[in-house]
Amino acid sequence: MTSELDIFVGNTTLIDEDVYRLWLDGYSVSDAVALRVRSGILEQTGATAAVLQSDTMDHYRTFHMLERLLHAPPKLLHQLIFQIPPSRQALLIERYYTFDEAFVREVLGKKLSKGTKKDLDDISTKTGITLKSCRRQFDNFKRVFKVVEEMRGSLVDNIQQHFLLSDRLARDYAAIVFFANNRFETGKKKLQYLTFGDFAFCAELMIQNWTLGAVDSQVDDMDVDLDKEFLQDLKELKALVADKDLLDLHKSLVCTALRGKLGVFSEMEANFKNLSRGLVNVAAKLTHNKDVRDLFVDLVEKFVEPCRSDHWPLSDVRLFLNQYSASVHSLDGFRYQALWDRYMGTLRGCLLRLYHD
Amino acid sequence: MPGKLKVKIVAGRHLPVMDRASDLTDAFVEVKFGNTTFKTDVYHKSLNPQWNSEWFKFEVDDEDLQDEPLQITVLDHDTYSANDAIGKVYIDIDPLLYSEAATVISGWFPIYDTIHGIRGEINVVVKVDLFNDLNRFRQSSCGVKFFCTTSIPKCYRAMIIHGFVEELVVNEDPEYQWIDRIRTPRASNEARQRLISLMSGELQRKIGLKVLEMRGNAVVGYLQCFDLEGESGLVVRAIGTACTLDKLSSPAAFLPACNSPSKEMKESPLVHPPSHGCRSTHNSPIHTASGSRLTQNFSVSVPTLIYTGMGSGSAGKEGGPFKGLLRQQTQSALEQREFPFFTLTAFPPGFLVHVGGVVSARSVKLLDRIHNPAFVGIMGNTRPYKLLDWNSFNSDEPETRDAWWAEIRQEIKSHAKALGCHAVVGYSESTSICEEVCILSASGTAAVLNPRLLQDGTVEGCLEQRLEENLLPGCGFCHIPYDELNMPFPAHLTYCCNCRKQKVPDVLFTTIDLPVDATVIGKGCLIQARLCRLKKKAQAEANATAISNLLPFMEYEVHTQLMNKLKLKGMNALFGLRIQISVGENMLMGLASATGVYLAALPTPGGIQIAGKTPNDGSYEQHISHMQKKINDTIAKNKELYEINPPEISEEIIGSPIPEPRQRSRLLRSQSESSDEVTELDLSHGKKDAFVLEIDDTDAMEDVHSLLTDVPPPSGFYSCNTEIMPGINNWTSEIQMFTSVRVIRLSSLNLTNQALNKNFNDLCENLLKSLYFKLRSMIPCCLCHVNFTVSLPEDELIQVTVTAVAITFDKNQALQTTKTHVEKSLQRASTDNEELLQFPLELCSDSLPPHPFPPAKEHLESASSNSGIPAAQRATSVDYSSFADRCSSWIELIKLKAQTIRRGSIKTTVTVEKSSPMGEGNFRNRSAPSCASSTVGVVKMTPLSFIPGAKITKYLGIINMFFIRETTSLREEGGVSGFLHAFIAEVFAMVRAHVAALGGNAVVSYIMKQCVFMENPNKNQAQCLINVSGDAVVFVRESELEVVSTQQPAANCQPACTGEVTT
Repeated sequence: MTSELDIFVGNTTLIDEDVYRLWLDGYSVSDAVALRVRSGILEQTGATAAVLQSDTMDHYRTFHMLERLLHAPPKLLHQLIFQIPPSRQALLIERYYTFDEAFVREVLGKKLSKGTKKDLDDISTKTGITLKSCRRQFDNFKRVFKVVEEMRGSLVDNIQQHFLLSDRLARDYAAIVFFANNRFETGKKKLQYLTFGDFAFCAELMIQNWTLGAVDSQVDDMDVDLDKEFLQDLKELKALVADKDLLDLHKSLVCTALRGKLGVFSEMEANFKNLSRGLVNVAAKLTHNKDVRDLFVDLVEKFVEPCRSDHWPLSDVRLFLNQYSASVHSLDGFRYQALWDRYMGTLRGCLLRLYHD
Repeated sequence: MPGKLKVKIVAGRHLPVMDRASDLTDAFVEVKFGNTTFKTDVYHKSLNPQWNSEWFKFEVDDEDLQDEPLQITVLDHDTYSANDAIGKVYIDIDPLLYSEAATVISGWFPIYDTIHGIRGEINVVVKVDLFNDLNRFRQSSCGVKFFCTTSIPKCYRAMIIHGFVEELVVNEDPEYQWIDRIRTPRASNEARQRLISLMSGELQRKIGLKVLEMRGNAVVGYLQCFDLEGESGLVVRAIGTACTLDKLSSPAAFLPACNSPSKEMKESPLVHPPSHGCRSTHNSPIHTASGSRLTQNFSVSVPTLIYTGMGSGSAGKEGGPFKGLLRQQTQSALEQREFPFFTLTAFPPGFLVHVGGVVSARSVKLLDRIHNPAFVGIMGNTRPYKLLDWNSFNSDEPETRDAWWAEIRQEIKSHAKALGCHAVVGYSESTSICEEVCILSASGTAAVLNPRLLQDGTVEGCLEQRLEENLLPGCGFCHIPYDELNMPFPAHLTYCCNCRKQKVPDVLFTTIDLPVDATVIGKGCLIQARLCRLKKKAQAEANATAISNLLPFMEYEVHTQLMNKLKLKGMNALFGLRIQISVGENMLMGLASATGVYLAALPTPGGIQIAGKTPNDGSYEQHISHMQKKINDTIAKNKELYEINPPEISEEIIGSPIPEPRQRSRLLRSQSESSDEVTELDLSHGKKDAFVLEIDDTDAMEDVHSLLTDVPPPSGFYSCNTEIMPGINNWTSEIQMFTSVRVIRLSSLNLTNQALNKNFNDLCENLLKSLYFKLRSMIPCCLCHVNFTVSLPEDELIQVTVTAVAITFDKNQALQTTKTHVEKSLQRASTDNEELLQFPLELCSDSLPPHPFPPAKEHLESASSNSGIPAAQRATSVDYSSFADRCSSWIELIKLKAQTIRRGSIKTTVTVEKSSPMGEGNFRNRSAPSCASSTVGVVKMTPLSFIPGAKITKYLGIINMFFIRETTSLREEGGVSGFLHAFIAEVFAMVRAHVAALGGNAVVSYIMKQCVFMENPNKNQAQCLINVSGDAVVFVRESELEVVSTQQPAANCQPACTGEVTT
């Protein structure tokens, strides 16, 4: 006796959250059944393995049919085939677009292309996330990217509107899209200590301040492309380190203000010129795409690591950065105050977030 | 030209990409009705076209309006090649044809293609302007309401229940026409869909005509089925119960309906002499004479009965006052009334007087081309159509099938009479077809009905005898309707445990729902008997004979299983019994489902005793006693599980049982096609006591084992196949309707009866287990209306389809709020019922002043004296002579009452009519924000006739849909499971969309009548046909309703409005 066909269709589509999770995690039906058995569900319900198998198959089939709709969530709301209560619809969508930290760290900033897709095997082996789940997450990134890439208006709003995600998740996707578009390098060994959250935080600041959208809300790609003009202008900041008088004056202003307030004052004093040169050079280099990509590497190399090696506490870093940014206003010979604020305001936020172990 | 149909095509959405180059579609729409077609403009390059067309107007006869579906085809425009079809929408406009239902159909419909499934949606608005046509010879029957619900629909009351209506139409199946060889599968599927749609429309119209002839205005319990007879054609047949319904809130339709029936009722005793013919056979059960009834394998038992005063000819003659023309018109109606059948399963309180037991009949027929009428039975010498005096053979096709069904119905009727009953309730018909063999089955419950709601004279004759027992709550229907001293079969009778006065049988089998007023102890449960029998593959006559020979044995075994399982559960009555026998190439399957309950009126069932054949063998003895212990334990456990603790009744009160204390069955049936010796199947187990299971061979051992393998549902779960579960009434509003399908392939190696039985049993048990598991989040819950269907699509395949609804209930009876609420609503329901019945009750007490009350007194006296007058004696003392007088007097009264009601209710009407649209508006407003993020409104579906926690405010019309889905890429669609899963989901979606477009928010009495699945994995192909039906309704949540009603203190209408019937 073999089962040829075995289906269950409810007027209200039955969604089992546990099975959905297993499906999203990319487990095969048999693996999912095994995992469910291990969860002790048979003992709780008195069901048999065959029942579990049939149930899992059913749910998998349903999810498979729903997947097409989940690719364009508004369709899920308007479709007539599956009657699903709104709260369940939201749950389906949110879970479908939720990604694994380990996975996102692997692909963040990479081009969402076929080439990267081929690397998914390696990512799967490395992270222990099933290939299937990797593919789903990758395809989600790519799909969201494709839809919002050339759209006007706020990136987060666009994502929310087209994918009906929660605010939190939409912000994360905005970061992913932003990183993918600008191809920031995040995979280097020295960046491994950074979490997706760190990058997402920086991305948000950068979107707010460094993109076209920050100055003009009526252009295409406003939130995904950095403001080229701004990047060009950043070269002007070089004066801060190239002009020896300015550099000395800047240093003395900062040192005067922080004397006695900083635990690591002597180290700061000794390193000031290096740090300042690092930060300003990062800005000056941003005209080249290659250097834009290395932004985070540079920041960590030029600022985070030196400070960390001198054991600066975070509070001192904050005090320093605040003073470092503010002191420039007192440099009469420096004309690019607004530019400096736009640059340093964001960078300060990023650096503080990036400064941890 | 009495109608103008107006259609507007608004927009489309989610269309498929038809042009690969642009990834877009150039869509336009063809709107077709009858032979007229309109087209919209092409909307270029969009997947969401906005046509916003003009109103397309069709001027058509109402006959066409009833028959034809509106056909909307969405196409992709192609400049150079033929336009590609995207898909179609068929809209049945019938709901727009009666005034109280929907006024407009407007909404998003899924665009359906038989090859690709649903492909986007289209927004359509449909309206009908109907001109009244007073032509009495008209062919249309616009205005007759149809309900699938097998009880009086919730917001109506039955003025008159006229009785049985049936009709069938036949046609060639397009799939088997020569043209099918050259056309595409899509064209062929669409031809079939369209044909069935047309035939359904025609059928419904014809039934409507019959109802109008009977002066009714509605068909309740409408069941339409189609038989795919393959080469020999396509039969669409329908049965139903004609009624005159009156809407509780608005008596608008009631005015005309009320005058005419009363007029006809006066005539009815004249027109229906059959009642007297009927009575003559009453005291001598016919099946004593039935030995001679059978010729060969096929039943021609019918003629004898037909000619004894029942024929249509004689009726016509005696109905002298009728003019020739009228006679012709009413002839068919009269013929119908030969069958006092009711497709209803639940009745207004007091309608059902006694229940005799289940009656069923089966007949095996060989199919031949329908247009070849000469060949009817396999033995050419039996030609029922000759005997039945059909007047024409020109349009011969339906007559052949009609004759077959007429035979079966006659047989059912005679069985009912043998049980001392004049009517059959819970009546249904079904077929099972395999190649050219067809088993026709009919079954119902023999019953004695209260004439109050029956216009028909035929049923009067034997009614009054027990009328008085109506007054005994909860046990009257159990009392035997037949003559105790002249019993149709030997039975074990005791005094009713409730009233201690009347005789009751020890077990009762019925096909109806549990009457509302029945006293039940504990809870009920689903009981199934499952059986397989191998048969040799054979051709034509040999095959039919083989099947005929097997049938009686199957019936016997199914019955034994049911009986044993019932005992095992410690229960004594079955409701909703449905026995399905399916025929396949090499086997027969029997599946009986019913809901077992413990009726307080019936005696406590005895246990089951096991006896061995070889008493000397020690180890064997031990084994037997072990089994016995297991069985006893199971019974005890079940009693606990289902909370069956009947009050102890001492023997003296019950009185000594009637002599011949043998277990007898209440199930009477026959194999009309069985061999001569087995004419009436005696299911009373010969001389043995049925409680005793004799283990004389391994077969019997298996049986006992299989008895014990049925696992009770997990705790928190109950299941039944009736509308509601006895013993549970605090339903919450969460419901989940579902369909589950399983197909198993048997390994052909070990095909023995035992192996088959085991496989089949496991299949059903596993299916149930799966359901319990899937729905575990709803605990505590009850699976209601569990409907199993079995079919044998191929040699080694068994297909089981289950549709049911899971309803959660409030386990915590202690929760005072709910309890009181439930009580309140129950109370309200009962007052409602009283209100509902007020007029008929008065009627009876007026017309039969001495009868209703004195007998009650008599009961008291005799109960104390404990000897009681034998029921038979009292029965004979009934005064027949006054019958006619009474008849006419209560007809007068109906007229009188009707008038007063009319006058009295005008005020009510106004307020209600004002309030109901507002109530609806309220509901719509409400529903919108509740699913604010979603544009798709929720449509509930349920096989039940009600929605827990809500009140149905409006019936919008019948939903009757037929779909075909075919694929040539089975693997790509996820195999057979993926294919069927998607298809069923699509069917649900299309039903919901139609209901929503009618302005409804639920389908009640939903049923999947057919799910025919065929596959050919080697060719990567599969095809499936699904037929579903139900009633589209508007419901309002009780909580919302209360708000509405307090807002509008329309004192008069409140009982009608808020009276929630949660039964």
